[in-house]
Amino acid sequence: MRPVTAGAFRLLVRGTASLVLLAAGAVPAVAKEVEDPGFFHLERLNILFHLVLFAFLFFLCIRLAAGGRKFFIRKIAGLEAVEEAVGRSTEMGKAVLYVPGIDDVNNIQTIYSMIILNHVAKMVARYETPLIVPICRPFVVPLAEETVKQAYLDVGSPDAFNANNIRYLSEEQFAFTAGVDGIMLREKPAANLYLGSFFAESLILAETGFQTGAIQIAGTANVHQLPFFVVACDYTLMGEEFFAASAYLSEEPKLIGTLKGTDLMKIYLLVLLIVGVLLETFGVTGLSTWMEPR
Amino acid sequence: MRREVPLLITMIVGWFMVLEFFFPQAEKWSSELQNWAIIMTALASVLGVANVARINMLKVSRRDRDWRYSIVLLAGMAFMVLLGTVFPMVRSLFHIDSSWAIGGGEFMGVTYGPYRLSGVAAGTVFNQFYDFMFVPMQATMFALLAFFIASAAYRSFRIRSVEAGLLAIAAVVIMIGRVPLGREIWHGLPEISDWIMSVPNLAAKRAILIGAALGAIATGLKVIMGIERNFLGGD
Repeated sequence: MRPVTAGAFRLLVRGTASLVLLAAGAVPAVAKEVEDPGFFHLERLNILFHLVLFAFLFFLCIRLAAGGRKFFIRKIAGLEAVEEAVGRSTEMGKAVLYVPGIDDVNNIQTIYSMIILNHVAKMVARYETPLIVPICRPFVVPLAEETVKQAYLDVGSPDAFNANNIRYLSEEQFAFTAGVDGIMLREKPAANLYLGSFFAESLILAETGFQTGAIQIAGTANVHQLPFFVVACDYTLMGEEFFAASAYLSEEPKLIGTLKGTDLMKIYLLVLLIVGVLLETFGVTGLSTWMEPR
Repeated sequence: MRREVPLLITMIVGWFMVLEFFFPQAEKWSSELQNWAIIMTALASVLGVANVARINMLKVSRRDRDWRYSIVLLAGMAFMVLLGTVFPMVRSLFHIDSSWAIGGGEFMGVTYGPYRLSGVAAGTVFNQFYDFMFVPMQATMFALLAFFIASAAYRSFRIRSVEAGLLAIAAVVIMIGRVPLGREIWHGLPEISDWIMSVPNLAAKRAILIGAALGAIATGLKVIMGIERNFLGGD
């Protein structure tokens, strides 16, 4: 059983900041006992610097987008296919199944899945197609209920909202998987969307969905599950594509601006990696020492 | 107000947790906040139970398709709740310290204080049902993964394009290189297998990881700055 972690935003910022540095090849330093930590963690200045830089690029692009600057976004097949999948379900008179992962709301992927669910629920509400949302964590139940309900309200069909389709199944990973598989085999949804944080159950879900003949779209930032989704689903949103969904589907200039901010940060990291590799090659270790997450 | 208050709480708590990472003085407050989060998460179980009970009771009352399974589910849930909470509570309140014998076996041999609710401890009936019914069923579901991997691998390794061909060759080299037979066939196979895993594969994985991490940080910033509000419902 995976340990429960609390503090959504601690995980969100600390985890991902370290993740970037780890992904860049840095080795985490062993935590040292410090008796008086002082007023400020000076050793974390590197992370603060990059966080501030990211925030600056982020808001610069939002400002440019708000000022009317048009940014280009490449076509993401998986997101283009969402409407097609909903349309197919409508034609066949079957439901759309939306699985928001198996993690709690302290995982940013679950929060983001709720954001995408809002867009999907609006599409589904417009087409008057049933939307089934199985839930693994009790805390996600009210979030999903509110998100779907509000989407139906926004498109002007509140009566079409069915609270019984937001189904809490089980907090246990494979009990939940069995429950979702059961829904797929009994109710035969024509479209299965797996968007969120998934673990070992990913292939069981995707293969069962494949056997029912549903069109399947998956998206996750859990790198180890991506190969499973790639082989068993029609479309897969990999890592950052998953986090681009909201901006892509809403086409809101502000949100598209945030995507460009992320792209600029990526360019900066790429340059930093190349410079770091060159410096290390010539025996200059200052940059890599400073970049080490502590 | 319905959206503004949660948004304000999200912003305050979010920024506080960011600052806590840099200012050690705030750490004790942040751990307190995290304890609150754990308590709230535990309380949310009630929401889950309510949802399961409502949907399945409705199914039974309407005699929907497969409604009999809902009775089994509700009965199972009620039975486990009774075993896990009510029975130990009665035992501890009335200072009953005897053990239960079901089917000739001692199931509740755990000693505990008069007001301690240890209904799910090792050796209890609750625990026995969990260990000998639920855990094997979970393991069965997990074991299905082996068959699903086989069927998924069969589909993805069918060589229909150059890319699929490369994938199949790489997969075969890695699979053979990772078993003792690989070294027997040719001593270079394990080295090639390791190189594929630690160079091209790791490079691609890290690229995805960096993108995903940046996306997660960007989403965090959007949420705590109130730019992204759809998770609270509505536009």
